[in-house]
Amino acid sequence: MATWDWQVFCKDTVSGEVAQGCFGSGGDITYLQWMLSAWGWTLSVAALALVVALLVGSLMGILRTTPHNGLVLLGNTWTELFRNVPLLVQIFLWYHVVPALVPPLKAFPSFMLVVLALGFFTSARISEQVRAGIQSLPRGQRYAGLAVGLTLPQTYRYVLLPMAFRIVIPPLTSESMNIVKNSSVAFAVSIAELTMFAMQAQEETSRGIEIYLAVTALYFVSAFTINRVARFVEGRVAVPGMIGSGK
Amino acid sequence: MNLDFGFLSWDVLSGFVVKGLLFSVQLTLVAMVGGIVLGTLLALMRLSGKPWLVMPAAAYVNTMRSIPLVMVILWFFLLIPLVIGRPMGAEMSAIVTFTLFEAAYYSEIMRAGIQSVPGGQVHAGYAVGMSYRQTMQLVVLPQAFRNMLPVLLTQTIILFQDTSLVYAIGAYDLLKGFEVAGKNFNRPVETYLVAAVVYFAICFALSMLVKRLQARIAIIR
Repeated sequence: MATWDWQVFCKDTVSGEVAQGCFGSGGDITYLQWMLSAWGWTLSVAALALVVALLVGSLMGILRTTPHNGLVLLGNTWTELFRNVPLLVQIFLWYHVVPALVPPLKAFPSFMLVVLALGFFTSARISEQVRAGIQSLPRGQRYAGLAVGLTLPQTYRYVLLPMAFRIVIPPLTSESMNIVKNSSVAFAVSIAELTMFAMQAQEETSRGIEIYLAVTALYFVSAFTINRVARFVEGRVAVPGMIGSGK
Repeated sequence: MNLDFGFLSWDVLSGFVVKGLLFSVQLTLVAMVGGIVLGTLLALMRLSGKPWLVMPAAAYVNTMRSIPLVMVILWFFLLIPLVIGRPMGAEMSAIVTFTLFEAAYYSEIMRAGIQSVPGGQVHAGYAVGMSYRQTMQLVVLPQAFRNMLPVLLTQTIILFQDTSLVYAIGAYDLLKGFEVAGKNFNRPVETYLVAAVVYFAICFALSMLVKRLQARIAIIR
C-alpha cells in the first residue's frame, strides 16, 4: 500500500500546488474548502428533504388511518408508488422526465428537484411509521375523543397525534439518518454534494483512500449528530408513565 | 411535449434492457444468498457472548450500516484492486460489494429472528444431548429463518431497488440498459418512465407476495 498523503486536502483545485494555511487565495479553493462546501450541500439537501418528508409523510400516514375510504386509498397509493421505485430512478424522473412534461418546472434549480425526489421517497417510509404509530394506540382513544364531542380533526390534533408522534420518534430518527445517507444518490444528477466531491476529487488527485476516509467520516459525524439531537428531543417531549418514557 | 414509445420494440428491449435485467437479478440473488449466509454467521457471532467474537461482528455491522451504500460501492471499487493486485470489473466488484454490504442488514434481521426463538428450545436441544452446532443448525436457525422469512424477503426487495446504485461505477444493470436505449434513440424521457414502471411492477408484485406470505406465516413461539 502506498503511503498516506493528507496534504492532498491543502492542494489548490486548479494549480494542484499545496496552498499556505490550507485555504486558497485569490478566488481559488483547496480540496478542503471544496469538501466543506460539499458537506454543506449534503446537509442542505438532507435537511430540506427531511422537512418535505415529515410534512408529506405525516399527512399521508394520517390519511391512511381515517375512516374515509377515499383518503385511505389516496394515502395507500402514494405510499406504494414512492416505496416501490428505486430512489435513483425517482431522482432521474424528477430531473429528466417531470420538467419535460411540466415545462414551468424547467426553471426550477436541480437542487430543488432532488430535494423533492428525496423528500417524497422518504415520505412513503414515514407514512408507514406514522400509520403504525397511530394504529398502535388503543381504539378506545379515538372513540373517547369523538364521544366527548371533538370533531375528527380535533381528535387527531389533541388525542391521537400527541401520543402517536412520541411513539414514532425512534423510527423517525433512523429515517432522518437514512436521509443523510440517501442524499448521496444526488451525485447522479451532479449536485455538488459529498459523494460527487469524493468521485471527482478521487479522479483528479488519485488520493482516493484519503478522500474517501474524510468523506465517510463526515457522513458518520452527520448521522451521529442527528442521532444525538433526536435522543435529546425524545427526552424533552417524553410524558412520564407513557411507553418509552423510561420513567 | 409528445411522448413516443414506438421505438421500444422487442428488438430494442432484448438488445439493451434484457442484459441489464439479467445482471440486476443475478446481483440480487447472489447478494441475497451470500448476504443471508454471512449475515447468519455475523448474528451468531454477536449472540455468542464471547467478546472477541461479539466486538468485531458488531463493529462490522454498525460500520456498514452507517455509511451510504454509494460510498460503500465506491470504497470497494477502489480497494478490491489494491488488495488483489489487479483490476476487477464493475459487475464483479458490485457482486462482492452487495454481498458484504447486505450481510450487515441481513444479520440484524437474523439476530432478531434468533432472539424470537424461546430459550427453552436451546435448553431442550442441549438436554437431548445435542452440541451447540446441532442445536443451532437443527433447532434454532430453522425456526428463526421461518419467523423472519417475510422480513428477509422485504429486505431483498430493498436490495433489488438498491442494485440500481451500481450506476456509480458504471456497471450494466437494468437502469443502465434503459438509459443506453434512451440515449441511442434520443428518447431519454420515455425510457426513464418505462424504467420506473418496470421497477414498480417488479417491486410492487413482490411486496404483494410477501404480504400474502406474512398473513400465512405465524411466528412460532
